[in-house]
Amino acid sequence: MKAPAFAYLRPVSIAEAVAALAEGAGGARILAGGQSLVPMLNLRVAFAETLVDIGAIADLRAVSDEGETVLIGAGVTHATLEDGASGDHWCGMLAFVARDIAYRAVRNRGTLGGSLCHADPAADWPVAMMALGATVQLAGPDGERALASEDFSVDVFTTALEEDEMLTGIRLPKLSPSARWSYRKMRKKAGAFGEAIAAVVHDPARGFTRVVAGSSAVGGPCRLEALEGAVASGSLAAEATIRAALAEREPDLDRYEMQIHATCLRRAMKEVSS
Amino acid sequence: MTDTGVGASLPRKEDDRFLHGRGRYLADIEMPRMLDVAFVRSPLAHAEIVGIEKPEEAGERVFTARDMDGVVPIRPTSNVAGHRIVGSPPMAFDRVRFVGEIIATCLAPNRAQAEDLAERVVPDLKELPVVASIDAAMAEGAPLVHADWGTNLSMETRFDSGIEEQVARATVQVTRTLDMARQAMVPLEGKGALAHYDARDGQLVVYSSTQSPHMIRNALCQCLGLQQRQIRVVAPDVGGGFGYKAILHPEEVIVAWLALRLKRPVRWLEDRFEHLTAGANARQHRYRMTAHADDRGRILALDAVLTTDAGAYSIWPHTNGFDAIQASGILTGPYDIGGYRVRTMTVATNKPPLSPYRAVARPGACFAMETLVDAVARAVGRDPVEVRLENLVPAAAMPYKAITGKEYDSGDYPASLRRARAMVDAVSADAGPDRLIGTGYAVYTEHTAVSTATISQIGVQMMPGFEQAAALMQPDGSLEIRVGVQSHGQGMETTLAQIASEVLGIDPQRVSVRHGDTALSPYSTGTYASRAIVMTGGAVAAAADKLAFKLREIAAHMMQCTADDVRLEAGELVGPGASMTIEEAAVIWHFRPFDLPEELLRDGLEVTGGYRPDGDRAPFAYAAHAARVAVDPELGTVEVLDYVAVDDCGTRVNPMIVDGQVLGGVAQGIGTALFEEVPFDDQGQPLATTFGDYSVPAASEIPMIRLDHMETRSPYTRFGVKGVGEGGAIAPPAAVVNAINDALRSTGAELCAVPATPRRVLQAIFDAQDRAAGKKEAAR
Repeated sequence: MKAPAFAYLRPVSIAEAVAALAEGAGGARILAGGQSLVPMLNLRVAFAETLVDIGAIADLRAVSDEGETVLIGAGVTHATLEDGASGDHWCGMLAFVARDIAYRAVRNRGTLGGSLCHADPAADWPVAMMALGATVQLAGPDGERALASEDFSVDVFTTALEEDEMLTGIRLPKLSPSARWSYRKMRKKAGAFGEAIAAVVHDPARGFTRVVAGSSAVGGPCRLEALEGAVASGSLAAEATIRAALAEREPDLDRYEMQIHATCLRRAMKEVSS
Repeated sequence: MTDTGVGASLPRKEDDRFLHGRGRYLADIEMPRMLDVAFVRSPLAHAEIVGIEKPEEAGERVFTARDMDGVVPIRPTSNVAGHRIVGSPPMAFDRVRFVGEIIATCLAPNRAQAEDLAERVVPDLKELPVVASIDAAMAEGAPLVHADWGTNLSMETRFDSGIEEQVARATVQVTRTLDMARQAMVPLEGKGALAHYDARDGQLVVYSSTQSPHMIRNALCQCLGLQQRQIRVVAPDVGGGFGYKAILHPEEVIVAWLALRLKRPVRWLEDRFEHLTAGANARQHRYRMTAHADDRGRILALDAVLTTDAGAYSIWPHTNGFDAIQASGILTGPYDIGGYRVRTMTVATNKPPLSPYRAVARPGACFAMETLVDAVARAVGRDPVEVRLENLVPAAAMPYKAITGKEYDSGDYPASLRRARAMVDAVSADAGPDRLIGTGYAVYTEHTAVSTATISQIGVQMMPGFEQAAALMQPDGSLEIRVGVQSHGQGMETTLAQIASEVLGIDPQRVSVRHGDTALSPYSTGTYASRAIVMTGGAVAAAADKLAFKLREIAAHMMQCTADDVRLEAGELVGPGASMTIEEAAVIWHFRPFDLPEELLRDGLEVTGGYRPDGDRAPFAYAAHAARVAVDPELGTVEVLDYVAVDDCGTRVNPMIVDGQVLGGVAQGIGTALFEEVPFDDQGQPLATTFGDYSVPAASEIPMIRLDHMETRSPYTRFGVKGVGEGGAIAPPAAVVNAINDALRSTGAELCAVPATPRRVLQAIFDAQDRAAGKKEAAR
């Protein structure tokens, strides 16, 4: 499968990229690492009249320490995060998650921002970012705006991005040194998308606890607040409670799906509590 | 053995170009004015073609079946009574019968533009009811894949040795139903074909990524009505075949026809989407197996029903019945079983046509037999290895005539199993609540280098006969070997040179092996059935023998002695009082003909030798495999911790290459065991159409596979060789599933299908839980 013809632009600033999107009037798409978009163009399940390649925009690869938070450029690659080249204020969690995304060849090109915008329900970053309480920075013709990652993620393959907007950065609160986290992914083989993902972050010093599940079966990242109390109090949630929380989010899980999600969640919560 | 002949682990001569990226595959070939092809393929599994709307300006750029006047349909043949056969049409005429079937062919200067054109071709399809599984196809009143058959049962065979006496003696009956999923073969290089008309030679030249150039020429001549001399088929470097490239593809016919019609080069390169839809064609078998055994687990009789989900058409040349015939002929495996009854049913479905994949039906047959043996062992409460040892054909019984009629030529099956048991790591893995550990075994025997007699029984158009090889001594004494098989991973450019070296003492670095080109090589049915080292290796030796005789005659004349007095030793022609090199003899014939008498000059130093095993008897290779796995009983995931294979392919021409064949085969077999599957929904839609959904094992999923070898020479073949190309892929589904079931013994679960995906493993555990709960309920 080969993509139909498209125009190709390679702006060097965010302003130019935003202008190109406005000019494309819905027919322009951002090309970041291209690890999902390019195969989809080739399979002719995604279309673009113009590809706006943001690979030459240096600002999108910057990582800025803001004190309580860190702003990670949307164009930072999985490999950069895997290698810890952007610094580690998350007790190793970003590197851990990055290491198990697809294969190194994909990680060398694929970006954090690209993954969030693509919003594949089985992807890792949307789950991990929600578990860490990230906000996203968006730029559009009317300037910038920020959104909590829960609000950015709207549905399967759907985000709150307007067609003339682009994601420029991800603002992540730092974890306290005493924070604990667990990230559990069940997948058919190394490099495959998760069949079930559970992310648990517990940062008592900041009073922050998150339990997030993700996968195609549950329709993308979902915060399971009903389970956060148990984690915050250091107790183990009962299996029935875990299953009830999952069923409330997604009533149509079959027995297998329920089992693998509940298992990942239980193991992640146990790891954080131990 | 010489240090460059049979038995030497010579580094592969072909690897220099492969490892430096200098191989030349089909997609590397460009020609002036070449057009690329994109096909319009059916989105429906069963539909009537009401019409096909071509874009206005399509002209000579869009073609359908109605344009292919005079092209004769592909007609596979069979001797099996009542076998209903319809070959794959190059393009569908009035009906499509599987998703991916070709409806129209579009041409453009590049593939992207050809796809643009294809998007503008609008087929008007009227949906018809679909049968997408064995059960649907065999149901009462099922829709028919081919209406004129009146049934979806394409072929049925029965064999019964008489089992009543054994059944009466048996005290234990164990019955299982075992399923193997539909797979795609996924060679690294996809299929492809490029054809152009060469006016100077008056030949249609077809480059094809194929294992069998002469066979493709046979088929193209039938379809296009050309004489054999008018077609040349060339297989360039081929990146893996596995049987996918041993069959005629409809695309090859279309590309060849278009090149003739348009008089310009036309190329089709299969992409992965096409491969995983239209090419999802392998392995789908179901076995209903009953073992009749005694209290010790000695199997007295096997009663089996084998059903294949064979797809919509018969591939050429094997037909859709090849899997059933192969499986039923080998199902009793390496065991000494006194009674055997089998019924096979080859069932047409709205899916791509079933095709022979590495080891053809043996992975399914081995999976069925070996999981049954483990079930028998559980039923009688004995160790599965001990039960196997009791049932295996003992070495003393060789050669052994199996109940299937096959003759196993040589070997010590129990010894291979004992070695595998001793090798497999039984201790190092830690078990835990989320990690159950188990070990599983599988033993198989494999009919390699299929004989003429076997093929003539089933009557397919693939008759091996005597394999031919040409040996052309060059003026400087270097040697060119020309063979009709095609080397696409087997390392034949090395091993066949080693065989020439073994006979002539010539340095393999002075030998070239030319293959895969009908213009260069003698006729051959090609590379399949683990046959090349047996058949072509034998033919190369036969040609080298002839050459050796001629060289000795030349030397004898020069040394004033008789040819009988001249020995060939390490490339030297040694007479009673003098010696000369092969090179010197070659130089004399070519450049000093005045030194030789006429009778030595006449026939030259270019010879052809022919070979088949003594009495047309095929050698049987065999192996014992053992797998150790960890199963997470809450997630259903399986990790292969250790894998050992102890095989016997007789004399190993190049032990390093044998290792490579076994390792690659085991990796592929682990794919069948754990990962690979194209599921179809009930409307015949394939559900794994990219590598995101079709999982193939990669380095992370393959353990360090450990090998051991036995070398029992075949009494029937030159050098005592047996085939080894397919064997590694046969046993892993059986060994891995037996290991999983061993790991799950505490849960009461038993898996009876591959691939053993997490969902299947957990379903087996759920079923066991439900059974236990049901029993408790009943007890209350």
